[in-house]
Amino acid sequence: MSEASAATGGQSELISLDAGELARRIHAREVSSVEVTRAHLERIEAVDGPGGVHAFLHVDAEGALAAAEAVDRAVAEGGPVSPLAGVPVAVKDNMTTTDMPTTCASAILDGWRPPYDATVVARLRAAGLIPLGKTNLDEFAMGSSTENSAFGTTRNPWDLARIPGGSGGGSSAAVAAGEAPLALGSDTGGSIRQPGAVTGTVGVKPTYGTVSRYGLVAFSSSLDQIGPCARSVLDAALLHEVIGGHDPRDQTSVDGPLPPVVEAALAGARGDLAGVRVGIVTQFSGEGYQPGVLAAFTDAVRVLGELGADVVEVSCPSFSYALPAYYLIAPSEASSNLARFDAMRYGLRVGDDGSQSTDEVMSQTREKGFGAEVKRRIMIGTHALSAGSYDALYGKALKARTLIVRDFTAAFETCDVLVSPTTPTTAFPIGERTDDPLAMYLADLCTIPSNLAGNAALSVPCGLAADDQLPVGMQIMAPALADDRAYRVAAAYETARASASDAGPRIPELRALEGSR
Amino acid sequence: MSDITRDDVAHLARLARLAVTDDELDTFSRQIDAIVDTVSAVGDIPDDIPPTAQVVPRTNVLRPDTTEPSLPRETALAGAPAAEEGRFRVPRILGEEL
Repeated sequence: MSEASAATGGQSELISLDAGELARRIHAREVSSVEVTRAHLERIEAVDGPGGVHAFLHVDAEGALAAAEAVDRAVAEGGPVSPLAGVPVAVKDNMTTTDMPTTCASAILDGWRPPYDATVVARLRAAGLIPLGKTNLDEFAMGSSTENSAFGTTRNPWDLARIPGGSGGGSSAAVAAGEAPLALGSDTGGSIRQPGAVTGTVGVKPTYGTVSRYGLVAFSSSLDQIGPCARSVLDAALLHEVIGGHDPRDQTSVDGPLPPVVEAALAGARGDLAGVRVGIVTQFSGEGYQPGVLAAFTDAVRVLGELGADVVEVSCPSFSYALPAYYLIAPSEASSNLARFDAMRYGLRVGDDGSQSTDEVMSQTREKGFGAEVKRRIMIGTHALSAGSYDALYGKALKARTLIVRDFTAAFETCDVLVSPTTPTTAFPIGERTDDPLAMYLADLCTIPSNLAGNAALSVPCGLAADDQLPVGMQIMAPALADDRAYRVAAAYETARASASDAGPRIPELRALEGSR
Repeated sequence: MSDITRDDVAHLARLARLAVTDDELDTFSRQIDAIVDTVSAVGDIPDDIPPTAQVVPRTNVLRPDTTEPSLPRETALAGAPAAEEGRFRVPRILGEEL
């Protein structure tokens, strides 16, 4: 297998299979977890190096193979194994891992080894999934392109000159490129869904509080939510059920049953949406939206109608406040959360030469350790929370949040789910928006409302834009704790699309780096 | 207009413990002014709307007040930039001007 896959850029058949199918074959002993893990490690070796995708900041081949061997032993002994046991997974590098560094793509945490595992990582391990490594992101998850990483930009597997979205560009790109069948992301304003859309993969932001954030390095605590990245809706649901559920270590953790997302994905795949009321959010179209994106989205909505859904238009006028409110609330919370990086207990320390005070060392360390976007947001948050601005900025942003919640509540009285394009454009060229933070922020226009309201939302691929042949995502939003509705609709759409003649490749053409560059 | 000046940014940087450079002050004051100008759109919202700070309808989640194992001291200190006698070693904290 090694020789064959080396000749084809690590293109073993195993890297293109769904996680569910990989698990089935591993558990039936048709293939070993070690073989599956090795195939993905070879793929990473082939496409992730300099000039390549650069989805990973750290790969733990030894640890992954050891974990795979343990699963293979358990399978051989005939003991019960969990549904995804033996399947490799990539983890966004803002979730703590005891056996790998956790950097948040920031110089301030370069090389840091956390003393504990995030709950989601512990659950992956307990379920027998195989952590391959840690994926790239915008520093502290602040960005929409991974260009804010201190360790280099991740490139979109569909076009290496373009961004893979962000902040979780590494996780989505790894899944898109066949480097991992599954990955974990974190979504504060769209950081799972927007990279999913522009890499042609599935990305889910679960209902706020339904997946533990213990061990997720906090960015904006009232918005942050961990969720799954995958190449199919069912795979996302399978991973969702591994990581979800109550955790006493997270005070915001919802103490109740997880929505039945796997069941919903299986039901949806039967392709019947009769009686499902789908609302198109009218605010998410028009100026600033790429024609190819709108055309692909409109076609996807037509398919939902063909599957029996009742499609209507709904207006959510307060969504126009979502972007301004988000870029006040998230920086405000970030300015507080990132105060923990004080150069005293862990991470970088600069200027401690015996002559300088703690205060000076702290300021110099944060200056050296944080990138420009992180500094900008800390200062905007500091401004929004200062005595003279609090009422006019932070206070008003919280009122905007109320209006957005009310718009959702009203819309969900007449609709089961809401739909929109996930992001206004396809993947833009690397470098295009780096000097213009406001232009960058527009990438999150459609995804932010669900974070502010704390409800469930996902992005499912809906083909390529006719104008640039790059992936487009459809966002499906559902009420809080009704994640299963979004999964059902997404799975029905996915099944219909898979049988369409223009379904296209699920893993883009990506040649091995050796010899091609 | 938000009118965030270079001096304002210098003040914010001091509050946030960021030793920003002169060049950064120029760039950041221009960018932050534009961003604050845009996000000030929330100013249109009527004052009588109640605020929403978070969306989980619960407060004061407490655990039982029982003793549980904590991180061993050497584990907690393993990532420290400097440690001494089983403690975090920090630069001087007395006599500094704020």
